[in-house]
Amino acid sequence: MASSPNDSPLSPTQAAILSKVEPAELVEQPLVANDRDFNWVTNKICRIVETKTPTWWWVCMAMALLTASFTGMGLAYLVSTGVGVWGLANPINWGWAIVNFVFWIGIGHAGTLISAVLCLLKQGWRTSINRAAEAMTIFAVICAGIFPLFHVGRIWFAWWLFPLPNANAIWPQFRSPLEWDVFAVSTYGTVSVLFWYMGMIPDLGVLRDRAVQRLKLGAYEGSSWLTKRMDIFRKYFYAIFAMGWRNAGNHWRNYEMAYLVLAGLSTPLVLSVHTIVSFDFAVAQLPGWHTTIFPPYFVAGAIFSGFGMVLTLMLPLRAVYGLHDLITQRHIDNMCKICLGTGSIVGYAYIMEFFIAWYGANPYESFAFINRGFGQYSWAYYMMFACNVFTPQLFWFKAVRRNAALVWVMSIFINVGMWFERFVITVTSLANDFLPSSWGYYSPTIVDVFTFFGTFGVFSVLFLMFVRFLPLMPIGEVKYVMPQADPHCHSSHQKGEQH
Amino acid sequence: MANVFPKWVNTVPIKVIVAIVMIKTAVVLGVTYYCTPKYTRVGYAPTQPVAFSHALHSGQLEIDCRYCHTYVDRSAHSNVPTTEVCMSCHSMVRKDDPQLAIVRDSYESGEPVPWVRIHKVPDYVYFNHAVHVNRGISCVECHGRIDEMEVVHHAKPLSMGFCLECHRNPEEYIRPVEEVYNLGWERPTDAASKAEFEGFVHDWKVNPPQSCSGCHR
Repeated sequence: MASSPNDSPLSPTQAAILSKVEPAELVEQPLVANDRDFNWVTNKICRIVETKTPTWWWVCMAMALLTASFTGMGLAYLVSTGVGVWGLANPINWGWAIVNFVFWIGIGHAGTLISAVLCLLKQGWRTSINRAAEAMTIFAVICAGIFPLFHVGRIWFAWWLFPLPNANAIWPQFRSPLEWDVFAVSTYGTVSVLFWYMGMIPDLGVLRDRAVQRLKLGAYEGSSWLTKRMDIFRKYFYAIFAMGWRNAGNHWRNYEMAYLVLAGLSTPLVLSVHTIVSFDFAVAQLPGWHTTIFPPYFVAGAIFSGFGMVLTLMLPLRAVYGLHDLITQRHIDNMCKICLGTGSIVGYAYIMEFFIAWYGANPYESFAFINRGFGQYSWAYYMMFACNVFTPQLFWFKAVRRNAALVWVMSIFINVGMWFERFVITVTSLANDFLPSSWGYYSPTIVDVFTFFGTFGVFSVLFLMFVRFLPLMPIGEVKYVMPQADPHCHSSHQKGEQH
Repeated sequence: MANVFPKWVNTVPIKVIVAIVMIKTAVVLGVTYYCTPKYTRVGYAPTQPVAFSHALHSGQLEIDCRYCHTYVDRSAHSNVPTTEVCMSCHSMVRKDDPQLAIVRDSYESGEPVPWVRIHKVPDYVYFNHAVHVNRGISCVECHGRIDEMEVVHHAKPLSMGFCLECHRNPEEYIRPVEEVYNLGWERPTDAASKAEFEGFVHDWKVNPPQSCSGCHR
């Protein structure tokens, strides 16, 4: 920022140079735009759940339920018939089910990163997107969990995954990374739910109090009979889940401490969960799987796909609810830059895999990668490469980041690309392993396709319910990053003033 | 802000938690007792078409198990005797006993006596009788004191845990081969015998499988 020569330690020569160069002032974009006040923030966020259900919501919900029923039907058919209804056959016994599992579990990682890592790093811009990203995490974990659960075939024996005493006198195989996965994913799910719910308690208290206030005022003339009943429902619903939150000082003190503890607990999970998912592959001896690059490459890919999904979800929400002042261009810029960073790491990993295959001088490993690039699944490899390596590079350009529609389309490309990455990893290595006599080609069945696309419906149903009934953003935390929250701010938000 | 809920609600969460803990404990204990083979299978004693008494034949008359179950030491499957085996005695002994009418009818018509099977492991379990009885595992370990049963009942759970108990500690169940069909044999507990049993496991190369594919082939 430009300062007058009088109160700066610059020498007259330096000052003369500076005045000649006229350096541009570095403006930090505020996290809540258009100089909004606290009351506006509370009203904006609360009214999303308090006003009449918009028509688009019903339309989306109907479509989501219809899509979700595909998963229901696919799974019912699988349970009643057997796991053979999926296109699994020797040598490819991990088909779409595992691809979809890794895809969904990866998406969740952005939520944990935003809520935990960015919290510890004091990144103020996390506040307006963290709640929705955490919800996305939980719903993605639910969708992910469906696949390995039904992949066991006899779903009624799925409890064997957990180390419970039983009449068979056996335990799960603790040396198997698949068992580590059970613990990694269930821990991840539990901590994510706790984090999400705990962060929501003050806002649930706000929604409860607003419902109580409206009922006390009783101004329901002219509104439909449902309006008052909904407020009565809201009063009790939010009162139960707010668990007696009174907005008291000691409540906030405990809340902040608990939030910090959970952020600390979740931070290792950002790295551990997808590391262990990558062990499912890396611990195996199969060429193309057995590489030490997998854990960091998987974690980067997970965060990449997760931010892709956050953009996919937040941009439409921002548009329909007019949240442009809360999810500003600065937020979108930051998310795009994280996509760019992690996408570049993923691209580096793709290239490095080829380098290692050559440098390692293992003929099977070399074959596995030549096969990826030029073999029977090369179309999937090119799809993956195009979406994951080239798409994020466009985020270098400000003009691209500022075009919300384009960013949204690119976020879809990222999602598609990351799904193909998991497909390439899972299927190409299994289809062409050491013995050419056992090679095969995997194609999904219609049941695979229905079950997978249905999970987008499951996800959407859950997310729409979240948007409609729960506070979309942490009201208190959004206020915390506003200029007005700074006690030295007074009435002016102008930067550069000396206090 | 007025309270949404009355004061008594304060204790509801703790009550709910206590109730959940109690219900879960009850369910776990109930399932452990009532839903495991120790309860569901032990004691099964169907009425057989002929009131054949193992206590009489095997216990009092001391007929060897293998007289009727002829292939137990030669085959994976232990056979139920044919009517001809029964008639090898009963064509002379008690040949007009009305209790044996079904056996005689069967002998004349060639239709087997419809014995009701009691001990049955699931289809996905491979169990070989011959390897067990020929390596010092007595009938009694899985079937109990058949020689004392008027009506045969399911005496042991035959659960996977039951199988593994012996597969993990064969020296605690192995016995001299000549005592395998002596169901009343008393197991000595002194140190010398213990060493002897461990010797059996070693000398006979008893290496009971504990991998899945050992039994689930």
